[in-house]
Amino acid sequence: MTQPGATAGTVAGVGEVLLEGRGISKFFPGVRALHNVDFTLRAGEVHALVGENGAGKSTLMKILSGIYQPDEGELLLRGEKLVLPTPLSAHHAGISVIHQEFFLMNHLTVAQNIFIGREPKRFGGLINDDAALNRKAAELLDRLGVKIDPKVRVAQLTVAAQQLLEIAKALSFNSSILVMDEPTAALTDSEVDTLFRIVDDFVTPQTAVVYISHRMEEIRRLATQVTVLRDGELVATRPGDEVTIPEIIHMMVGRDIVSNVRPEPRAETEPILEVKNLSTPSLLTNVNFTLEKGEILGFAGLMGAGRTETARALIGADPRSSGVIRYKGAEVHINHPKDAVQLGIGYLSEDRKKYGLILGQDVTANTVLASIGSYTKLGILQDKAMREAAGKWARALSTKTPSVRQKIRNLSGGNQQKVVLAKWLERDCDILIFDEPTRGIDVGAKQEIYDLLDELTDQGKSIIMISSEMEEILRMSDRIAVMCNGQITGFLSNAEATQEKIMELATQFHETENTSEADNDDDH
Amino acid sequence: MTTTTETATITGKRARFGAIPDRYKAFIQQGMVVLVLIMLVVFFSVMNSNFANWGNISSLLLASVVTGIQALGLSFVIATGGIDLTPGFGMAATSVFAALLIAQTGGLGLPIWIGILGALFAGALLGAINGFLVSYVRMQPMIATLAMMMVAWGTALVLADGKTISLRSVEGYDQIAIGQLIPGVPNAVLILIALAIVAGVLMNKTAVGRYSLAIGSNEEATRISGVNTRRWKMLAYVIGGTFTGISGILMSSRLSAAQPTLGQGYEMYAIAAAVIGGTSLRGGRASIFGAVIGAVTIQTIFNGLTVMGVQDQWQKVVLGAVVLLAVFVDIVRRGGKEE
Repeated sequence: MTQPGATAGTVAGVGEVLLEGRGISKFFPGVRALHNVDFTLRAGEVHALVGENGAGKSTLMKILSGIYQPDEGELLLRGEKLVLPTPLSAHHAGISVIHQEFFLMNHLTVAQNIFIGREPKRFGGLINDDAALNRKAAELLDRLGVKIDPKVRVAQLTVAAQQLLEIAKALSFNSSILVMDEPTAALTDSEVDTLFRIVDDFVTPQTAVVYISHRMEEIRRLATQVTVLRDGELVATRPGDEVTIPEIIHMMVGRDIVSNVRPEPRAETEPILEVKNLSTPSLLTNVNFTLEKGEILGFAGLMGAGRTETARALIGADPRSSGVIRYKGAEVHINHPKDAVQLGIGYLSEDRKKYGLILGQDVTANTVLASIGSYTKLGILQDKAMREAAGKWARALSTKTPSVRQKIRNLSGGNQQKVVLAKWLERDCDILIFDEPTRGIDVGAKQEIYDLLDELTDQGKSIIMISSEMEEILRMSDRIAVMCNGQITGFLSNAEATQEKIMELATQFHETENTSEADNDDDH
Repeated sequence: MTTTTETATITGKRARFGAIPDRYKAFIQQGMVVLVLIMLVVFFSVMNSNFANWGNISSLLLASVVTGIQALGLSFVIATGGIDLTPGFGMAATSVFAALLIAQTGGLGLPIWIGILGALFAGALLGAINGFLVSYVRMQPMIATLAMMMVAWGTALVLADGKTISLRSVEGYDQIAIGQLIPGVPNAVLILIALAIVAGVLMNKTAVGRYSLAIGSNEEATRISGVNTRRWKMLAYVIGGTFTGISGILMSSRLSAAQPTLGQGYEMYAIAAAVIGGTSLRGGRASIFGAVIGAVTIQTIFNGLTVMGVQDQWQKVVLGAVVLLAVFVDIVRRGGKEE
């Protein structure tokens, strides 16, 4: 146990205390989400809040934003007692919150979204002044250095642009406290830079930021204070320039994480999957790659480069305009995800809740979803056998769930990911496509997922791993395919790959390679 | 290490009072539905002594059968997140179709079993068209089945030439519904119970039920899992249509006649029965047992109010209020959470 002496108070504050939480506790049925947590936010700070999933960061954030009320303890704003019964009251107190989920209206424009409920009016407040609205929005976006057209409908924006829009919207309230929950989860490195600049600009001697993130580099880069939570309790608050990343991770998990690097280049094996000239009507142009048995092929690239699109076109989830797929040496036709599944290709989406899981159903139902056929006798589902299978995988993957009848909704992100994986392992897939396998998963569970990936390749499974986390790509991939604008711009072996080389390939437009098509002319 | 013990105590305590395992929640919800029905029965029995005699209860149950059967089939459609407005006039069309096959006058005079098969086939066909439009053509279920409801209505009128087809001369046909294999219990009630068991097995123990619920909860995730979601969704509508066909047989058997105009509003009763029974119109959750109890509840309200001398028009107002209440309870139960 960390000594309480090492906690807050040892730090010389940069400015006045803006917001303070004293002895905050919060209980939920069966869970103690927060226990006696002290938290001090001073003006001029970027205060990082870190911890594993379930450590209590989100709960604390929701208390600061008026979504939850603490069961014990109190909040103080500039020394005065603060009660936040609703999110609106937090707003009035000058606290703006950027949630992980977006709260945007897809069919309205960027400007309409930013100023919803406070539109500039004309003619005595009867008519919306669209010109003024768009002008104000453009000014705000310019000031923040965000290149988004205020007149564009939100539905047309990329996820990253929507995230930046959420941030712009929060800043438009001129709040003094900004709470950000995993703001970079959907951003690529260049957009992350924009975000960092926005945060830097926001922080003045009168304002402060609470920054929740799993990404250590960001905390290194931004945080002037770091507060670590574990199992709902405060572990420590330390100045950002004193504490090291290994220390933070150690405090988060209570143990050292041994970072593994891929072993020396594997001996070449036979290709299991060959993709030739894969194109889609919307984005992909002649994507070619080969996946070898037992390797992890990393897919790197910026948001919108076409990595997820490649995976979805490959498994038949989206239509293709061209492309030949050879699987285990023979050409195959995959026109629907069911074709891919029958061949043994499983896709683990970046958005587990939307594309991977049936949240309202239990662990068992989700585990056997892709292989129900093998659990039917004369058309009747064999419940017991299904539960046994689910239990077997839960043990094999150390999924933390009270029972296989637990609803998926109640599991943490890492454990949900394991259930999706169990679904494909149960179907005995030989190729697994992981799209952002550790998104929204805490450091400890991440390591478990990495270990699982290693184990899977040891067993001869082949993996395509799409990831926006540079560290993850470099650490896990045997080879790396880098994409840009719907094309593969280069392959790197694990040995030669560096962050710089990947970024170079990810940002250059690859337009001179049309000559390669000549080789395939005799196919037609 | 005192903190650890504290944690254990606190979570232990909370767990005991707060967290009810998911699988028990379903039982509790079903129990509530039954409790409401029992309370209604007690209420009406106290209000009027004529309510609680077996003759009345028996006719009440007989009247529940058609709505009950339609609600059973509808549960599969609603489970997928869809809706089916065709049970009412689908019942009219299938009963007319069956009558044309078996009626001695104005029909072909074929054996009864051909009439039954004909109604089942007509119902399945109606469901298949619904399912095709929703699943493959991707029409909105509400609009597609609304249009098909009109088609069924018109077809029933055209086939019967706008007239009621009498089945009195078809010997034994009325026995399907009102015969009593068990003295005092109309056969139709036994058929409803049997079909409820069949539907229960289909919903809870076979792939079609599992996939219908999965599609209703998250269609895209189900598709990515390699399930042919379109086909299974269509099958849910086919099951719905088939049950509509069965309701057509029982209705015409009970009346010894096929009426092309009889069916208006029945789709609403079926939807109401499913909702009262705890099926969520948002999809992903369905209760077979609840659908039957819901149908009986509706007839109990109608019957009880009739016995009390409340006018027909007012009964409909009361039923509407009950449906609103059931939907409200569903919202409260979910605590506003999205599925």
